[in-house]
Amino acid sequence: MSASSLDYNKFVVGLYDHEATLLKAIKKIRSNGVEIHDALSPFPVHGIDPLLGLKESRIHTAGFFFGMTGTTVGLSLITFIAKFNYPMIVGGKPYWAIPSYIPVIFEMTVLYAAVGMVLTYLIRNKLWPGRVPRIFDKRTTDHLFALTFAIDEKSEADINKIKSLLNDTGAIEVNTKEFHDTDEPLS
Amino acid sequence: MSVYESPLREALILGDDKNYSKITDDIVRNTEGKPPLRWWIAFVIASATALFGVFCLAWTVWYGIGVWGLNKTVDWAWDITNFVWWIGIGHAGTLISAVLLLFRQKWRTGINRAAEAMTIFAVICAGLFPIFHMGRVWMAFFIFPYPNTRGPLWVNFTSPLLWDVFAISTYFTVSLLFWYSGLMPDFATIRDRAKTARRKMIYNVLSFGWMGTAKQWQRFESLSLVLAGLSTPLVLSVHTIVSFDFATSVIPGWHTTIFPPYFVAGAIFSGFAMVQTLMLITRKLFSLEDYITTAHLESMNKVIVLTGSIVGVAYITELVIAWYSGYLYEQYAFYNRALGPYKWAYISMMTCNVLSPQVFWFKKIRTSVFWSFVLSIFVNVGMWFERFVIIVTSLHRDFLPSSWNYFTPTWVDMGIYVGTIGIFFTLFLLFARTFPVIAIAEVKAIFRSSSEVSRAQMSAPLDFSDAHHADDHGHAAGGAHASIQHNKNFNEQ
Repeated sequence: MSASSLDYNKFVVGLYDHEATLLKAIKKIRSNGVEIHDALSPFPVHGIDPLLGLKESRIHTAGFFFGMTGTTVGLSLITFIAKFNYPMIVGGKPYWAIPSYIPVIFEMTVLYAAVGMVLTYLIRNKLWPGRVPRIFDKRTTDHLFALTFAIDEKSEADINKIKSLLNDTGAIEVNTKEFHDTDEPLS
Repeated sequence: MSVYESPLREALILGDDKNYSKITDDIVRNTEGKPPLRWWIAFVIASATALFGVFCLAWTVWYGIGVWGLNKTVDWAWDITNFVWWIGIGHAGTLISAVLLLFRQKWRTGINRAAEAMTIFAVICAGLFPIFHMGRVWMAFFIFPYPNTRGPLWVNFTSPLLWDVFAISTYFTVSLLFWYSGLMPDFATIRDRAKTARRKMIYNVLSFGWMGTAKQWQRFESLSLVLAGLSTPLVLSVHTIVSFDFATSVIPGWHTTIFPPYFVAGAIFSGFAMVQTLMLITRKLFSLEDYITTAHLESMNKVIVLTGSIVGVAYITELVIAWYSGYLYEQYAFYNRALGPYKWAYISMMTCNVLSPQVFWFKKIRTSVFWSFVLSIFVNVGMWFERFVIIVTSLHRDFLPSSWNYFTPTWVDMGIYVGTIGIFFTLFLLFARTFPVIAIAEVKAIFRSSSEVSRAQMSAPLDFSDAHHADDHGHAAGGAHASIQHNKNFNEQ
């Protein structure tokens, strides 16, 4: 799995029409020592991550730390305001009436965790409004599953090996796709 | 896809001609081409109502909140009633998308997108009421703690009204993020089948350039799960805090420890009723009966009868505890609530909320489209009355008999309320025409396990002599299970 598709410009794209076939294909292709660049699918395919050798996402860990930040910010903000900057007795309670601060601190925790995690998600997934993605095959957001192979540095024999592996594993179509910087966006 | 599901369960995607492209077609079709005439009719009515609501809000700002029916004794009435009503409605969306996701309820996929949209629009409507009740709306930002030149004068962190500010704004933000993160892949689906360059461009911007790579999906699933985990306590906290607006006060009839769970159950109850209303309209208007099936309606009706019964128990508990407290004012508050001048509101509430949903114990009624619709309206009305009863009957006879009063709404009160219903439906109609009303990717993900097509395939593989499967996969001994996982022919037409 390569980090970024922008490092390469030429790809072999194998298309499958069933996720079970796709999973078996990944297993077979990888056991033949061929590196898969990426897999595209119209919905999350369960069990694909270990087959592709993807590590578990750490986004939830990030979420935990964002949440903790929210708790800390909430607690320190209220403490500063209610205890030091503007101490005021409300309903005979102490200045630092911690139980009644729990709701706000809890909401701050959730808010920070959610916003922080979504921002992390967008940055890590390279998603932003107006981003023009490389579209390997338009049908991969509809009904087909694709495996892509970067072939910029591959020999003719390697490419043929990839193609024959794809055909052997039940790909319904095998295409080559080349991206140029001058391409019409989204075409 | 590889999860075994009992063939006894109802299929959630109907139609024996379904496959992945058909699912895309059926759902995206509604955003393409010209809107049908019935959409335009609905849109004109909704937006005209919304405009009247905006007019009434402008009237309120211009003349002050004296144009409302509030008086010295009843200083909270329709505004807070409507606020709580809308917030409660919103809760079902989060419940469906978050809580049902944690419980792995697959039927949520048919309705979660629209229910989440409903949450967002309902919270927008809810937020209008406290903001306009402030009178000087342009100073609404005073509710947030920020360093200022007035002292600095800070907000009161021990007040439930301020907790509300944090709860509602967090709830709105998190719901929006949850909803939108799920929408991105579906926008990409619309983009990739768009015919014109402009449409392609717009939906690409909306999709944030989604590709659907394995890593993107992995993070997507991780994000959804954690957001669901965060939204679940959040949604409970929001209505708990809304109930604190009343429960932490010392007004008899409000000062009740049962309020948080009772309000949360009521919120789910009214929210599911509104989802039911909207889904019945949507499935008809956009011919989505194959995705929002009778099984979906039945599941929602089961939630309605459960939460309706919880609410019923809460009403009776309140009465019993008021009697048992031995506290004169508390006893009078509840006596007056049930038998005083607002008896008609109490009876409406009891009939609509406690009695009417009980008919859902009958499977025939539970699975009937007509009765589901009628009863969902009953519940919506009943839950509005519940908030009205709690708020107005507790206030209108306060401790001093000389200030006893009767609240009657003015045309402005009614106009704003009806107006928010207009705003809600305007937004919903726009959403239904431009956004995928059903979560396409999520429905596809349950296609292999829960569709009528997969059910048909599931009963077949029990035949062990099926040579095709045995040859194809070398899994003959695996029997039914192996074939469910690996049947290659599902998607071929």
